[in-house]
Amino acid sequence: MFAYYLDLALRSLRRNKVLTTLMVLALALGIGATITTLTVLKLLSGDPLPQKSAQLFYPQLDPYPKDQPFSRSGKKLPWLMSYIDAMNLLHARKAERQAVMALSQVKLTPQGQGGKPFYADGVLTTSDFFPMFDAPFQYGAGWGSTDDESRAQVVVIAGFLNDKLFGGANSVGRTIRIEDHDFRIIGVLRPWAPQPRFYAVHLGGRDYGKGEAVFMPLQSVRADGMTPNTVMSYGPEHTDMQHLETAQSIWLGLWVQLSSADEAPAYKLFLGNYAQQQVALGRFQLSRVGLWDLMSWLRNEQVVPDDVRLQAGMALGFLLICVVNTVGLLLAKCLRRSREIGVRRALGASRGAIFLQFMVEAGIVGVAGGVLGLGFAELGLWGIRHQPAQYASLAHLDLSMFLFTFVVALVSSLVAGLLPAWRACVVAPAPQLKAS
Amino acid sequence: MDILPILSTLRRHKLTSWLLILEIALTCAIVCNAVFLIGQRLQRMDMPSGVAEHELLQIQVADVTTPSNPYARLAEDVAVLRQVPGVISVASSNQVPFGSSSSNGNIRLDPAQPERTLFATTYFGENLVPTLGTRLVSGRDLQSDDFVDVETAMKGLGNGDSKSLPHVTLITQTLAERLWPGQNPLGRIIYLTPVVGLRVVGVVDSLVRPNAYDTAKAQYTMVVPLRMGASKDQSYLIRTRPEDRANVLAAALAALKKADPQRVVTTQRSFDEVRRKFFQDDRAMAGMLVGVIAALLTVTALGIVGLASFWVAQRRRTIGVRRALGATRGNILHYFQTENFVLATFGIALGMVLAYGINLFLMSHYELPRLPGVYFPVGAVLLWLIGQVAVLGPALRAAAVPPVVATRSV
Repeated sequence: MFAYYLDLALRSLRRNKVLTTLMVLALALGIGATITTLTVLKLLSGDPLPQKSAQLFYPQLDPYPKDQPFSRSGKKLPWLMSYIDAMNLLHARKAERQAVMALSQVKLTPQGQGGKPFYADGVLTTSDFFPMFDAPFQYGAGWGSTDDESRAQVVVIAGFLNDKLFGGANSVGRTIRIEDHDFRIIGVLRPWAPQPRFYAVHLGGRDYGKGEAVFMPLQSVRADGMTPNTVMSYGPEHTDMQHLETAQSIWLGLWVQLSSADEAPAYKLFLGNYAQQQVALGRFQLSRVGLWDLMSWLRNEQVVPDDVRLQAGMALGFLLICVVNTVGLLLAKCLRRSREIGVRRALGASRGAIFLQFMVEAGIVGVAGGVLGLGFAELGLWGIRHQPAQYASLAHLDLSMFLFTFVVALVSSLVAGLLPAWRACVVAPAPQLKAS
Repeated sequence: MDILPILSTLRRHKLTSWLLILEIALTCAIVCNAVFLIGQRLQRMDMPSGVAEHELLQIQVADVTTPSNPYARLAEDVAVLRQVPGVISVASSNQVPFGSSSSNGNIRLDPAQPERTLFATTYFGENLVPTLGTRLVSGRDLQSDDFVDVETAMKGLGNGDSKSLPHVTLITQTLAERLWPGQNPLGRIIYLTPVVGLRVVGVVDSLVRPNAYDTAKAQYTMVVPLRMGASKDQSYLIRTRPEDRANVLAAALAALKKADPQRVVTTQRSFDEVRRKFFQDDRAMAGMLVGVIAALLTVTALGIVGLASFWVAQRRRTIGVRRALGATRGNILHYFQTENFVLATFGIALGMVLAYGINLFLMSHYELPRLPGVYFPVGAVLLWLIGQVAVLGPALRAAAVPPVVATRSV
């Protein structure tokens, strides 16, 4: 029976080629726009570390004076931490793993004669960074907490930097010059770039893109005089960049890994106690604290650009109009075929059969619109890859979005087909036959 | 043209009429808001900078080894750049208009006041006013004896020696008007910290901040006489004639390289490029919105063509009868045009309400102002036009139906 409906539907669609083309084209445009913008939205609001994100938490303290709060409204907690607080929490070791981090633009000079210096993004962090964020090593390994304390001049480099400088060979043990200091390479990462770059939010880095080139022990590079990208002062004085460790400034992000989300209340209690202790010591005026799990933190800080959400909303509105358009055209088609329906009914076709026949016809329009819409989506994503956005190079259609395209196409065409098919199946056969 | 027969016909095609009205309404609502958003973006992209943008170049260089005396190094570089043929003026600055990267400070009018008055950006650098080409409206420009080395100032902050701190500043007209409305700003003091009080000695016409994300605060700008040393964050600004820019940029880079072949050039661009880069997201968004409007209007027009064609085909006999009873081709043409106009008007009226609703939603989720009334007629005219263009083909086909159709049995 289904094959028969398919045949009928194809015949009917072929009979009025212009109308069919209009329906398919309009639906395809709507689907193309929707899939393009949803792909970008999904990419930007994705989970950067799906296997770990539930265990990773971002603590916040508030060293700002009561009458000069961090944010105008006074509601937001400071994004970053001072060196003293970050180190106190790091050394308390209340979590399974913990690392502090800052970002810095650093000058790299390749070893050997005529090595041309260039600038790259660097992460200044502590030893737990690699195991905590599951950063995979191609060669060597990260540094240990003793290296942090001894200010070891060691560095872990990203795979793309290793390719650039050493042609992809095992470079562990070789030396690289960073900001006029020699660093020994102890590890090379495999390609690794969580999207969005959750740990770089508010550190003055990019939220999306290929990732940083070098990872260095924070205390070592601070001893060498390197400075972080973002420093915010909460004291009355201008910040002296050479003495950040003692300055009344926030410039570090702290991430902790708890054994499970159940541990979060206990850690928050510890943070609260710490803040109260600081109030008692006179360092803080406020004892409020914050603890975010990774995904809530990204949501709260609105990492996804407003424009991208606006575009997705607009595309959905566009799809709605395309569906209304398809309803109108399908309805016109079905009303014109009242006589054909009358004949089929008179020859014994049930209402259900007529309904099904028209739904099959709508479904075919949907599948055709989906295929063409996929083409439009690829075109749209190609356009986005040529835009100057940070995330441009990441805009690709993945398998789930590929399948989702057809779901959207079928659902929207079947919804569009409901009303015309219902109108078709309530056509009374007798008057239609009489008229001719 | 009599509207009543049209209305009674439409009442018999309720479902299809409503669908068309709904489609026009949704399109109208989205188009009104999209046109409004485009207007917002274009307005932002037009933000004045107050500087001679077509005459300026920016260069940033980084030294391989940190120079022993960065102040001397900077002075040497500026001297080298002044020698380049075609260069009118050279300045160095910690930041540039629309350059994104910025230095800012909380300013107070009273050192004891707890809350800041506002958050202003601070330009540090010599010779900025003549090089940028911003106009001095009152007072004087900063002079070389106003300037203090940044290191000296830092030490002064540390040991409380107010002699080694800068004492004067230039501000923009907008900032002056915001701080002291209707009063003479010259001689008044702005506090960057409780100990750093700067006396306003001059007011410039306009100088946009590097981080001009909020149009209302884009001109909250001060120029402070702090002398920075050569570093990778420092920019050299070169003023030249617009037609000489490419040659001067190449010659300036060559001269800097000659002074020290080891250094790395990290930025080299004209101010046209600075502006283009700063507003690139706005431009991309405006382009996307234009695309959405075009696609929407096309889809709606195609929908109107489809439904109108269907109605014409359905009413061939009626049209034949009317023609046989004396209606002219013009009458038939006008009938379908009026019918479309009536439907479009219903759609537009509904669309206005929807447009207002969407605007309210956007206002609550994004930082957007209320949709001004002028955008409603824009959307209405656009949809009336699209409707008339789309219906013309089917209406002409209807007008071409010969009266003899009336006599044929179908």
